[in-house]
This record gives sequence, C-alpha cells and structure tokens, in this order.
Amino acid sequence: MAINMAKITDAIFAVHELEEMADRKLEVNKVHPLVKLVITLAYMILVVSFHKYNLPGLLPFILYPLILLKLSDIPVKACLGKIRGLLPLLLFIGIFNPIFDSAPYVYIAGIGISGGIISMVTLFLKGMYCISASFLLIATTGIDGICYALRLLHIPNILVTQFLLTYRYITVLMAEANGVYQAYSLRAPGEKGVKYKIWGSLIGQLLLRSIDRAGNLYESMLLRGFNGEFAYIKKTKAQGRDYAFLSLWLGIFAVLYFGIKILI
Amino acid sequence: MWLAKAKDSVKNIKVNTNQENGYKGIIECSNLSFSYESGMEILKDITFTTREGESVGIVGANGAGKSTLLRILVGLETTYSGEVLIDKIPVSRDTLAAVRAHAGYLFQDSDNQLFTQSVYQDVAFAPRNYGLGEEDVDKRVMEALNTMGITHLKDKQIYKMSGGEKKMASIATLLSMTPDILLFDEPSIALDPSNRRTLINVLNRLELTKLIASHDLDLILETCSRVILISEGGIVKEGPAEEILKDKKLLESNHLELPLCMQGYTPFKGGSGEN
Repeated sequence: MAINMAKITDAIFAVHELEEMADRKLEVNKVHPLVKLVITLAYMILVVSFHKYNLPGLLPFILYPLILLKLSDIPVKACLGKIRGLLPLLLFIGIFNPIFDSAPYVYIAGIGISGGIISMVTLFLKGMYCISASFLLIATTGIDGICYALRLLHIPNILVTQFLLTYRYITVLMAEANGVYQAYSLRAPGEKGVKYKIWGSLIGQLLLRSIDRAGNLYESMLLRGFNGEFAYIKKTKAQGRDYAFLSLWLGIFAVLYFGIKILI
Repeated sequence: MWLAKAKDSVKNIKVNTNQENGYKGIIECSNLSFSYESGMEILKDITFTTREGESVGIVGANGAGKSTLLRILVGLETTYSGEVLIDKIPVSRDTLAAVRAHAGYLFQDSDNQLFTQSVYQDVAFAPRNYGLGEEDVDKRVMEALNTMGITHLKDKQIYKMSGGEKKMASIATLLSMTPDILLFDEPSIALDPSNRRTLINVLNRLELTKLIASHDLDLILETCSRVILISEGGIVKEGPAEEILKDKKLLESNHLELPLCMQGYTPFKGGSGEN
C-alpha cells in the first residue's frame, strides 16, 4: 500500500498561482474587498435559497461567475480545472436523490423527469455556483483582502486571524510535506509513493517540522510588532465606483431573482 | 495574557520611539545565564556591552549558544537569569514591544522571516503593526527597500525570489522598523559569493549597532570591529576582531579555524587524492 504525494508541488503552485491572480492590477481586483465579499455572500445566499425543483430559476445565475471570469481574465477552463476536485463531491451529495424521489415531476417531450433528478441537478448547480463564486473572490481579492473585509464586517479578530494563520499554515505544511517526500523518494528509488510502514514516522516528522516552522514564522511576526490585531494589507475606504459595482450586482441579482419568480 | 499586554504596549508605541528614552544602540548583558527546562545549560555568566553604532561579531562552534544569545536579546526567550538591557530597557515579557521596536532580529532562514505574498507587504508589516498611516508606511517601505537596493523587487512574489534576494528583503523588513540595533543570525548562510559580497557591503553601510553571529569568520573580519568568542555557553575571549581572528591556537581550541584570508595560499592539488 502506498500513498502518492507527488501532487504536493502542484498544490503549492496552485496556492501561489491564486495569490498571484489576486495581486494583478485588473479593475475587478481593485474593487474594495468588502464590496466583493458582500456581493459574493449575497450571490451565495440567493443561489442556495432556491427551491430544490426550481432549476429554471437557477440557470440565469450562471451570469455572475461568467461575467466575473471575463472581468478577471480567467479562462473558464482554468476555473473548472481549479475546482474539478470538488465536482465528484457535489455529484455524490445528490446522487441518491433520484432513488428516493423517483416520482415524475415534469414531462419533457412526453418523457417524465423525476423530482430526484431535478433536485440532484439543482444541488449540483448550487454547489458549482457557490464554489465558483468563492474561487473568484479569492482569485480577485486574495486571502489577506478577504480577512480585511471580514474585519470590516466586525467578525471577531481572533477568528479572522485564526483563519488567516490556518491558511498560511497549510502552505507551510505543504512545503514541509514536499521536502519530506523528496528526501524520502531520493533514498527510495523505484518506489511509487510512500510505504505504509513508515507513514507513522513520516507524518510525525511532518507534523513536528511544520509546527516548528510555523512557530518560527509566528516569532517573526511577533518581532515585528504583531499583537494579535490584523494589519496585513493597506486599509482603504470604499470609493464611489465600489458602491456602483455593489449596486450594479445587487440590482442584477434582484432582477434575476424576482424577475424569474414573476415569469415562472 | 501576555499577548494582551503586548497588544497594549504596541498600541502605546509610536513611530521612532527608539529615540524616546535617549539611548540608541546600546546592549548591556550582565551575568546572563540561560537553561532550558530540562536543566541543560546553554549560556553561562555572559557579560558584555556594546556602544552606539558598534559592530560586534559573535563567533563560536555549533551549539556554543550564539543563536540563543540573540534570541534572548529580542525577548524570544525570557526565562534567563541576570540582566539584559536594550537601550536601557530590561528585556522581560512586559517590555517585549518596546524592546522589539529598538532591536530587529534576522532569522537564519529567510523563509522564516518572510511570510506574506509580496516584498512590499512583508516590509510594510511592522510599520502597519505599529499603527502608522499608509503614507508613512509607504515612505518607510520605500526607504528600507532603497537602503537595500531592492526597490525593483517591491511587487515581487516571495516564492519566486532567489536566496540572495530573500536575504536582502529580510533585512529590509527590519529596517522599516527603524531599529537602533540589528541582530543577525548567520546572515551569510546559503549565499553565493556575489550575494555574500553584497551583504557585506550592506552591513558596512548600515550605521546601526550590529551584533552578527556567524561561522563565516571572513565576513566577521570585514564587518566587525570587535569579536566575542563563545564556547559551551560562556565567553572565552573578547577583543578587537583582528586580534582574536588571527589567533590560530585560540580558534582551533574552540573548534574554529583562521579566516580564509588569513590562511595563506595553499596550492590546489586537484581531486586525485594526492597531497
């Protein structure tokens, strides 16, 4: 039995790639983090609030991720590539719906489509929309920006800092895992993955090393005046164009939500 | 609880606090001893003082206690006995914020020093924590980057930087705090000759009190006027850099050797194994 850890490098690269995306000077990246967070939350709440059989109502909401992908200059393929790991999970969540809810709900060209199938697709779409919106928020705002926005929403500092440090710890953990795995593989030629017999010591080492490294980083923060208060990015106030961006999107969401309710 | 205290004291610290008590760049250690909880004694009765703007080298073999000494000076270890003063401020849990506003500490590994996305963010981290406005933060960052000659790296992602660039950026993160004292733990480790030379030039240019712990005795010779030789946690000898670093017998008895520039030329015999 073996575990393949060769994808760690890719994962580290993916995290850095996301941070780099957020660091670009695009107009959408310049929008105030709080505005983008509010829009994303509003979008997710609206999408999730749709009834499980209201598939037609949900479909137009694809506009938001599509337009944002265009604005942030991220190809659809790249976005799908980033979130593809979660797609099986989304499918799995609703996979039993057709079994438990097999009664036909609607007939299309004489063919009865069960409520279970519709609710499964609805659930999948809701998940896809929410994940895409989250991905786009991170890719255009960055974790530091999101944390700043959370603080502006008066989320307790301890929670925000915890979230931020956890995010940083994940990259430290991945970097250490990569180092440990490389050291192992160089001395275990021809082996695929890591032998189960040494999983215990390897994971133990990994934990100790990553804790040590995280401790050093924390000390470095303390030495430079970190006092538990979040001060990572430039504090800015929302400008007129930020409010315009917010109003525009909330307006579009309202039109889509209520317009569809009237039409259907 | 101590974090809450630190929080309050950081809030009370304003920019350039380092000049507030009138002392600049003075380190005073009296009878400093330090042991870990296990009882292992790391430092024994260390006593020394630095003057303003002085550059002092701390040399000694692996495990001699050099890094621990530096960690105590910035309050990363506070359970020592004896007296440690940074610009007349006693180093204790209650004074950490003030001490750290006076003294900056450079980690051996730059990856431990830099933790944000870009160079700018990392250099701005301390000024922002000390409550400076964005204009002042920007000024501090640009000054620090300029001193280190790395303004072109301002927006560079840290994971894309070379070891030499990271080292320069790490020093800039300290300079943005405008400290009076800089503590360097093995600053030339893993640097290529060119980056090492740049580092030496930078160290010589910085008119701050510097305490440099290193095995790189050539670097110490080029950057420090005084040397403190530590062995098994105690000071073996202290004096002018040239005097100590040319004492072959003294160095060898403490698991060190003469700086390369003092070893004289030895003809290279190739890799055949012949002598």
